[in-house]
Amino acid sequence: MKSCREVHRLVIEAQDRKLGFAERLSMRVHLILCATCRRFDAQMDLLRQALRRFPGD
Amino acid sequence: MPSPDLQESLQKIRPTLLRFAMLQLRNEAAAEDVVQETLLAALEGKSAFSGRSQLKTWAVSILRNKIVDHLRRGSREGTLPIVDEQGDEDFDALFDGTGHWQEAPGDWGDPAVVLEQRGFYEVLELCMKALPENVARVFTMREVLGFETEEICKELKMSSSNCWVVLYRARMRLRECLQLRWFGAR
Repeated sequence: MKSCREVHRLVIEAQDRKLGFAERLSMRVHLILCATCRRFDAQMDLLRQALRRFPGD
Repeated sequence: MPSPDLQESLQKIRPTLLRFAMLQLRNEAAAEDVVQETLLAALEGKSAFSGRSQLKTWAVSILRNKIVDHLRRGSREGTLPIVDEQGDEDFDALFDGTGHWQEAPGDWGDPAVVLEQRGFYEVLELCMKALPENVARVFTMREVLGFETEEICKELKMSSSNCWVVLYRARMRLRECLQLRWFGAR
């Protein structure tokens, strides 16, 4: 299994490019099993949503 | 003649538009220019605004296009600063030798709730301002203006690895800043 360090890279890269099948799979498997990386993934997701709505209401 | 109401409403949101433009252009004169162009376009195209969306949302969408035009002109004229190629070793400290988190990322909660909280966008803006200019330029093109990554690299004549490093750095910096000033402070 990939380390958290490797997965955090994939999570971020996924924001800027389409991951390959193997990358996506290894990231998903890790995220299912690792609550810590899931929180990191959620943080990146929140960041993106926030910026898409910038400058807010 | 544009209606006085519209003129007045546009004047009211002018400071917001200016802040938005400054964040992305980091240059007061250029920001003033694109905001001025935006206000003119809004007044001329007022028929396009039929109250379907909020006035601010509509004006910001015009402003985005003006900023994009400005950035494109800038890249053609070669006035965009070059981003230096650096590794991302500064974030190695996030992980220990075995690849585990040194400090586990916090639970930021439901975006739908967080983004509605008063003051959140002020803090986000503060964090964006704290990014180095070159990093902010690439990052706002990606996230605020919605360019594809490849497009940005091409427009700014950057290698894709350089482009990626810059985006990575911006995301990690913003994350740290928000953790410190918003999520960790509450």
